[in-house]
Amino acid sequence: MTRRSGLFFVAPALILFGIFVLYPMASALSYAFFSWQGTARGGFAGLDNFHALFTQEPFRSQLPRAFGHNLAFFAGTMVVQNTLGLGIAVLLHRRPRTRRALQTLYAMPYLVSPIVIGYLWTLLLSPTFGPVNALLRQVGLGSLAVPWLGDPDTALWVVILVSAWQWVGFPVLLYGAALGGVPEELSEAARVDGASHWQTFRSIVFPLLVPAIGTVSVLTFIFAMEAFALPYALGGSTGNPAGATDFMSLLFYRTAFENGSTNAIGVSSAMATLLFLVIFGGAVIATRVLRRTEERIAG
Amino acid sequence: MTTTLAPSTDRASRPTGIPGPSPRGRKPRPVGGLVGSVALWAYAAGALVPLVLMVLNSFRTTADLYNKPLSMPWPPSVDSYKVAWTEGHFGDYFLNSLLVTVGAVALSTAVSTMAAYALARTRSRIFSVLESVFVSGLMLPIHLAILPVFYLLDGMRLVDSRLGLMLVYAAAGVPFSVFVLTTFFRQLPPELEEAATIDGANTWQTFVRIMVPLVRPAVATVVVFRFVPIWNDFLFPLVLLRSREKYTVPVGLTSFFGEYSTNWSALFAGLVIATVPLILLFLVATKQIVAGLTAGMSK
Repeated sequence: MTRRSGLFFVAPALILFGIFVLYPMASALSYAFFSWQGTARGGFAGLDNFHALFTQEPFRSQLPRAFGHNLAFFAGTMVVQNTLGLGIAVLLHRRPRTRRALQTLYAMPYLVSPIVIGYLWTLLLSPTFGPVNALLRQVGLGSLAVPWLGDPDTALWVVILVSAWQWVGFPVLLYGAALGGVPEELSEAARVDGASHWQTFRSIVFPLLVPAIGTVSVLTFIFAMEAFALPYALGGSTGNPAGATDFMSLLFYRTAFENGSTNAIGVSSAMATLLFLVIFGGAVIATRVLRRTEERIAG
Repeated sequence: MTTTLAPSTDRASRPTGIPGPSPRGRKPRPVGGLVGSVALWAYAAGALVPLVLMVLNSFRTTADLYNKPLSMPWPPSVDSYKVAWTEGHFGDYFLNSLLVTVGAVALSTAVSTMAAYALARTRSRIFSVLESVFVSGLMLPIHLAILPVFYLLDGMRLVDSRLGLMLVYAAAGVPFSVFVLTTFFRQLPPELEEAATIDGANTWQTFVRIMVPLVRPAVATVVVFRFVPIWNDFLFPLVLLRSREKYTVPVGLTSFFGEYSTNWSALFAGLVIATVPLILLFLVATKQIVAGLTAGMSK
């Protein structure tokens, strides 16, 4: 293919991508460094918008709280995926006949929109109508039938567990693929040398899963930092009850589109920039740590 | 980039000195035995029961939901679907979602296939730069650019239009589609094109008649895999659409939940309507979905 026809083939995708992705991404960063009067751009503001995030209310109190929830969300989903997800993948391994069917069943929840999942669990967990509490009462555990999403102590846990429930099939699939790549001869050889199942898993299989664990971690991190639809459906745009399920993206959405302060664009763009740095920086650091770990294991 | 599907076998190469007992002939036993199987099917039930409840409850009346929360919906009532589809405007939302999703996937796949072909078949610096520009898009959290996207579309008179939404989704899909398709085009032998050229076909004819049919499985994967997140997306339509008759299903669902908060069976019906296309897609294309998910995970 000649260079000219090559450019002709690339052009449509490049134009579309440039206009609707690259240009807005670049603008999002630049917006943060100006002061805004409604939709009119004012002068260069330096780091004033960022400063406002940490000194002005409501951001001063809501930003750390929301960020903390994002981190808890990340930690919670990570724990579930690497215990339940990995455990299921190990159990599925060497069950070729049932594996396909079960992987398919496990995949169902993550095809469903997070907004649907959020509303579904709102209905299921409702204190008056909800079948979950009805079931608890039926089996004599009525004391556990609490207003799950109405209590600030339980609401964040519900968000974390619902999300983990929705996504667990994803690491199952990924770890399944990684386990399939572990040569059978290796574990057989270890077994012959007298290693127990657990020893074989720890010293032979687990190190070979490190790249997969890294991929799951990075994707979970990005996903946890961006979470929007699920918390929106479960707790509304203000993170009910009492901000217990507030997340960075909800705060960003409120600041940009609901608060109506004059410098909304400037401050919310600063927030987006910060979040972008966290996501990007986190992904880069994780990838680097991962590569080092892989090298050490391969060592 | 770590390729998860092909864990590097060189590192995992057989340690020397271990006498290799032939693992063939003896089937490796699955981990966990019968208890493991029971656990796996129990978890499958856990993954599916909430979704099954969603469907069952949509066929009940709200009175039944309240009085007999754990009974079966018999005889099934479709009244809630009538309410959701007409009064709840799900008919409109459904069509809008279909239009936007199909349009975006078609446009995105078309331009990405062209671009991927050129990137796979040209050897020049500019094309490798372009490829990394596209692939870097996999790391960009495009939702954070929602404000600039909003003002960009505002300037193009495309706010509150399905076309604007479609263009944004099409552009956002380019990185993934280009990434997957380029890999596939690279696997095809260049002799195919040489033969076509000798037969008198020009570049475009070679592309459309010979190359595209050969990468059909990859195109199917890209189509299926892009369909799901676009159909499910919530933030873009929430911000970019104003008039109710243009709402997509997820935003329509939000306004329906606000209006019909007491008509529970109708709410369940709304959730089912929002999910049906994905279940259908899943039934016809499980293989493609699994392939697409693993391809996406290997980034």
